[in-house]
Amino acid sequence: MNCKTSREVGGMGHSLKRKEDSRFLAGKGNYVDDVKLPGMLHMDIVRSPYAYAKIKSIDASEALKIPGVIAVVTGKDLEQYNLHWMPTLMSDTQMVLPTDTVMYQSQEVAAVIATDRYTARDGKEAVKVEYEPMKPVIDPYKSLDPEAPVLRTDKEGKTDNHIWHWEVGDKDKTSKLFEEAEVVVKEQMHIPRIHVASIETCGCVADYDKVNNHLTMYMTTQAPHAIRTVIALVAGHVGLTEEKVRVISPDIGGGFGGKVPVYPGYVIAIAVSFLVGKPIKWVEDRSENLQADSFARDYHITAEMAGTKDGKILGTRFKILADHGYTDASANPSKFPTGLFSIGTGSYDYDTAFMEADAVYTNKPPGGVAYRCSFRVTEAVHAIERITDRFALEIGKDPADLRMQNFIKKDQFPWKSPTGWEYDSGDYHAGLQKAMDTLGYWDLRKEQEEKRKRGELMGIGISTFTEIVGAGPSKDFDILGIKMFDSAEIRVHPTGKAIARFGTKSQGQGHETTYAQIIAEELGIPAENIQVEEGDTDTAPYGLGTYASRSTPTAGAAAAMAARKLRDKAKKIAAHLLEVSEDDLEWEVGKFFVKGAPEKSKTIQEIVFAAYTNHPQGMEAGFEATHYYDPPNLTFPSGAYICVVDIDNETAEIKIRRFVAIDDCGNIINPMIVQGQVHGGLTQGLAPAMYEELIYDEEGNILNGTFMDYLLPTAVESPNWETGHTITPSPHHPIGAKGVGESPTVGAPPAIANAIVDALSHLGVTHMDIPITPYKVWKVLNEKGIVQ
Amino acid sequence: MKKQITITINGEQHAVEVEPRTLLVHLIREQLSMTGTHIGCDTSSCGACTILLDGKSIKSCTVLAIQADGKSVQTVEGLAAPGEMHPIQEGFKECHGLQCGFCTPGMMMRAVELLEHNPNPTEEEIRWGISGNLCRCTGYNNIVRAIQYAGAKMQGKETPSTEPTFV
Ligand code: FES
Ligand code: FES
Repeated sequence: MNCKTSREVGGMGHSLKRKEDSRFLAGKGNYVDDVKLPGMLHMDIVRSPYAYAKIKSIDASEALKIPGVIAVVTGKDLEQYNLHWMPTLMSDTQMVLPTDTVMYQSQEVAAVIATDRYTARDGKEAVKVEYEPMKPVIDPYKSLDPEAPVLRTDKEGKTDNHIWHWEVGDKDKTSKLFEEAEVVVKEQMHIPRIHVASIETCGCVADYDKVNNHLTMYMTTQAPHAIRTVIALVAGHVGLTEEKVRVISPDIGGGFGGKVPVYPGYVIAIAVSFLVGKPIKWVEDRSENLQADSFARDYHITAEMAGTKDGKILGTRFKILADHGYTDASANPSKFPTGLFSIGTGSYDYDTAFMEADAVYTNKPPGGVAYRCSFRVTEAVHAIERITDRFALEIGKDPADLRMQNFIKKDQFPWKSPTGWEYDSGDYHAGLQKAMDTLGYWDLRKEQEEKRKRGELMGIGISTFTEIVGAGPSKDFDILGIKMFDSAEIRVHPTGKAIARFGTKSQGQGHETTYAQIIAEELGIPAENIQVEEGDTDTAPYGLGTYASRSTPTAGAAAAMAARKLRDKAKKIAAHLLEVSEDDLEWEVGKFFVKGAPEKSKTIQEIVFAAYTNHPQGMEAGFEATHYYDPPNLTFPSGAYICVVDIDNETAEIKIRRFVAIDDCGNIINPMIVQGQVHGGLTQGLAPAMYEELIYDEEGNILNGTFMDYLLPTAVESPNWETGHTITPSPHHPIGAKGVGESPTVGAPPAIANAIVDALSHLGVTHMDIPITPYKVWKVLNEKGIVQ
Repeated sequence: MKKQITITINGEQHAVEVEPRTLLVHLIREQLSMTGTHIGCDTSSCGACTILLDGKSIKSCTVLAIQADGKSVQTVEGLAAPGEMHPIQEGFKECHGLQCGFCTPGMMMRAVELLEHNPNPTEEEIRWGISGNLCRCTGYNNIVRAIQYAGAKMQGKETPSTEPTFV
């Protein structure tokens, strides 16, 4: 990697060890469950065993007899303060606690407040709730039947379970193309409901101070500033206006999108703290987390591709049925009900596409969060990358050749996609070539051919995806009306050391290191001397938080821009100190010098000291700057992934032999951290490809709502990931970076699915839905008479 | 119905009163306020709560506090003196073996026992050895390297390079 700065300065491109690690390694991280306040009470939540039922009665008398149980709170209690409903991020509505009906299994029914965790749990067991179960709507296709019960009777005038319809592209042109095309392929795909399952669950400590009418909310949130605004919107009418609310997002034990929404537990904790005037801690357990917090995905997609016999892709058509559960609580930008699914035309050069989606209510938990994905991009990439392979199979062309033939070429950027995006930059041919060379692709194909003759099963799967991240430009992107800019504030102290604060919030991404590196690059102040802080709404500038790989594209850009403002100021001070005109000065990392007389120079530290001790008259003293960065466009990272699998033709065990991931995330701030992000993302791509799915029976009972049966990959299932990169800087981003946290989660599942289907394609298999388990493969082998 | 127990944690003796049902992890975290040991599940699946009990790595959410009466516990806080690092901590830092840090204390405590029995584990042995500990962030590659680094360091051998390698 080419670095402009020395390792001591530690600007862009250095694999600096992480600044945040020391506290985590010493066991001194400060996560929400570590927060302990004087007088703090504990909350536990009674949850519904039914997916759909009327609540006939809630009897808390036995619970209240238990010493240490302070209160039991129900929807009726909250109703008195009009706090029993809340808005979702998609402007739908959601119960905080029900007053009469439960809409999904494990929904919050009542809250028990007690002096300690164990007593709260005892109280929860003692609350008696009488239900009258009703027949739930579980299958999203059936939810649109005319005879299906209307679930959202709380919504006036609602006569069905349809939430919204969305479409993009040219419908008529696409229909015509599909009628006339030489080759059309079609597959029905389900991208199943999954759960982010960060190892830390969700929780909070709500601390309302009656004397000062002030709420401090310690909370597992990826977006503390937005949460503060939401709290003020929901509870402003009881006096909690925005200046009286402080949200602190301490260390976060993984987020992946699951810590973007506002869950009922948070709101109940606030309400109870408000009522009893004591701090309330609520930390959900793992089963509650899996069963009630926001799910991800659950898209049923009909995917079609049209093309020529010799392999030219001409168009795509996708039709989606989105199962949103009981309410639309997706975490998407407001104008994008399907998130950024419209990136699904992929990395290929064609101009005809049409996509449409319908969303429905069912009796399942609400959600639609990211699972480490930029707003539904994983679903889109799965559809395009699977159907591309299907097309290659149909015409008998190698999937690598087919991709090379159809890629958008390097010199076609900026490229307008058929659904309206302007891809900023990319070099797709180089990425795939590098992945193929790393693996020895054509040798593997030969090996596969020979193995097939011997009846052995081996497959090679490719995924060459384009991501869309960095939401986003304010003209299109907002959440509940708040534009999706992000911010940085840099203060440099007199001795030349700095503190920088941001509107984002790391959950393991390493911002304390990478943001410092960006500032080091721009100002020449060593990264080691730049302290980064996030997550406290009282001190940090406003921002929309960390998700959808937006931190580097937005707040990272803000850091560079704020630093550049400071460099402009530094130049003025240097001119004053050196008694020359600004035009005579040149910048070199960490100092200004006089052109032609490099011995006459001032270091950034000298300049900053002067800003406090000897600033030019008429100039503002001090050395700080803030920048709110509103990106001109999104960024479009890309990747070329190839997976090689071996399948045991007796047990159907699937083994990933090799997985090569070549990512292009533009300029790289810290290669070590980028690689770590890719490793983690790939494992979260492996997970839904082969292991994870939240399964419900016809009654709406979750069948795998614990870590005993919802299977996260361990170190044994995870292969030794081989990673590398190509670098195509983003032309519009101040430091040419694009964002990377999610690319691998987005790109890996189709590579794995394509490899497994490829291993079985000679048996007539054209598609398998993820997660592809050994049992699913065994069934195929059994059907084909290969195993009994 | 509380019961008095004596337990040595990181070399320091504590006489505490616990309910018979109190889990060891809650004693450590809540009563003794050592919050480096974490809780990630309710089914003994994740390993975030892993500590050493009389030198053996165990999941402290699966042991009652009273079962630890008279025994000795080591937690992440006891790995090194403040400001210093045990080789396993150094390995995790140098090899980028942690991201959010939530699984890390449990992962390190498990690794310490693993290395005690097998100072030169192969990649395969490490992967199986930590298969009771879930990490959602790192994808395990760098945890494997971190443990190998610590193994070398603990034997006074030359440690492997910690620079990331790319294809
Ligand atoms: S908390 Fe998950 S195993 Fe102990
Ligand atoms: S570092 Fe986050 S769970 Fe392991």
